[in-house]
Amino acid sequence: MPLELYLDLHSQPCRSVFLFAKLNNIPFEYKTVDLSAGEQYGEEFGKVSMIRKVPVLKDGDFILTESIAILQYLVGKHRTPDHWYPADLQKRARVDEFLSWQHTNIRAHGSKVFWFRGVLPAVTGSPVPKEKMDAAVEELNTSLKIFEDKFLQTRGPFVVGDKISLADLVAIVEIMQPVGTGLDVFQGRPALSAWRDRVKKEIGVEVFDEAHKIIMNVDALPQTFENKGIPEFLKLKIQKMFN
Amino acid sequence: MSLEIYLDLFSQPCRSVYIFAKKNNIQFDYKKISLFEGYQYSEEYGKINPLRKAPAIKDGDFCLAESVAIMMYLAEKFHTPDHWYPADLQKRARVNEYLSWQHSAIRIHGSKMLWFKLLIPKALGVEVPKEKMDNAVEDLNASLSIFEEKFLQDRPFVVGDQISLADLVAIVEIMQPVGAGVDVFENRPKLKAWKDRVREEIGAELFDEAHQGILYCQEAVKTMDPKKLEHFKPKILKYFLS
Repeated sequence: MPLELYLDLHSQPCRSVFLFAKLNNIPFEYKTVDLSAGEQYGEEFGKVSMIRKVPVLKDGDFILTESIAILQYLVGKHRTPDHWYPADLQKRARVDEFLSWQHTNIRAHGSKVFWFRGVLPAVTGSPVPKEKMDAAVEELNTSLKIFEDKFLQTRGPFVVGDKISLADLVAIVEIMQPVGTGLDVFQGRPALSAWRDRVKKEIGVEVFDEAHKIIMNVDALPQTFENKGIPEFLKLKIQKMFN
Repeated sequence: MSLEIYLDLFSQPCRSVYIFAKKNNIQFDYKKISLFEGYQYSEEYGKINPLRKAPAIKDGDFCLAESVAIMMYLAEKFHTPDHWYPADLQKRARVNEYLSWQHSAIRIHGSKMLWFKLLIPKALGVEVPKEKMDNAVEDLNASLSIFEEKFLQDRPFVVGDQISLADLVAIVEIMQPVGAGVDVFENRPKLKAWKDRVREEIGAELFDEAHQGILYCQEAVKTMDPKKLEHFKPKILKYFLS
């Protein structure tokens, strides 16, 4: 039975899983879950995961959520090259440290900016209030600074040192999220830009661009909503964001 | 060269690291710090953890932040019993799955209770608006339901028959709102039974010792000088009231 990966490449964690599987030639069946249509709330997907999020891995009867866990599982199962998740105690700890920190920092703040710039206006028809937008961008800037100062500069070309690891992969897909809405986070950040170029080269420009094609076209969302309608869950989620 | 562990037991991730190290008889130099006093902003601590958070460890020259990373490091280095972080691929994946999910779920929602119920009223002298409080309680309840329905189900512990890092991280986070006066175990008999099991596995004495501070929090905040929380004001305003 082939490995199934439930993905929507609008989602950062889906991109890291997609890229990792592709780069390591891990065969899988690509199962699309259309988030903008609310497919994650459908009955069929509910049988796969009651948490209603992507990505999800289905390996025979074994179902696994959370991209970090999925990546670690694929590393273990397919014995991918050591640099992705080094066996060396301290190097691995550095990867784990970043993978832990990123959830409530780059991931949270990059996502928020993406929602505020790319999704909310498409749903509500109005821009997000300036004060809220500025606060969100400020938080993102703080996270990016910490990423550059603590996770990058001190150690080398990549987060752990000389070679790319899961840390760089997860970092790049998260950092690309706000970029999709037209916010060029690399401008004025030469160290971050240089790192991005290195990571893109290691991953391979073609597959990197393939993974990011959807997010780089996120200004197509208003048209999507006009064609397909706005799913209910989205309206409720947005309402809650402003409470 | 010894292992130094920097901890403030008001903080959930500090409690999990503390309990893990003690339970596994890992020798360490206990560096007690106070987050309320703002020690995390000192120049000294910045050399240990530039992220300015607790816990952090210093093992010889090697400094490490993030409780999940720290516990995985200690588990590997000190060859702790397998059940904490099983070598089995699927069991380990279950632990990793929980440890990943909890950051943006129980951890955030549980933490918010301490701030909303105790620290924000103390710091700003105002109650949190009802709608915000209700939403926060609703979020916590949703996370607890997911914990019970997906991560626990009818198993004694998250991964199965034995306690793991998943249960340890879960329990310290769930105890945080308890410290704020929110009885999360009311009407949740399965959760309560799991908590009792976890407390017994850890050892009641160690568990209670680790949670003494947070369970005394309501009392401590009553007599706290609001000025002590001055340095948290920007954080409060930005994260909770914008």
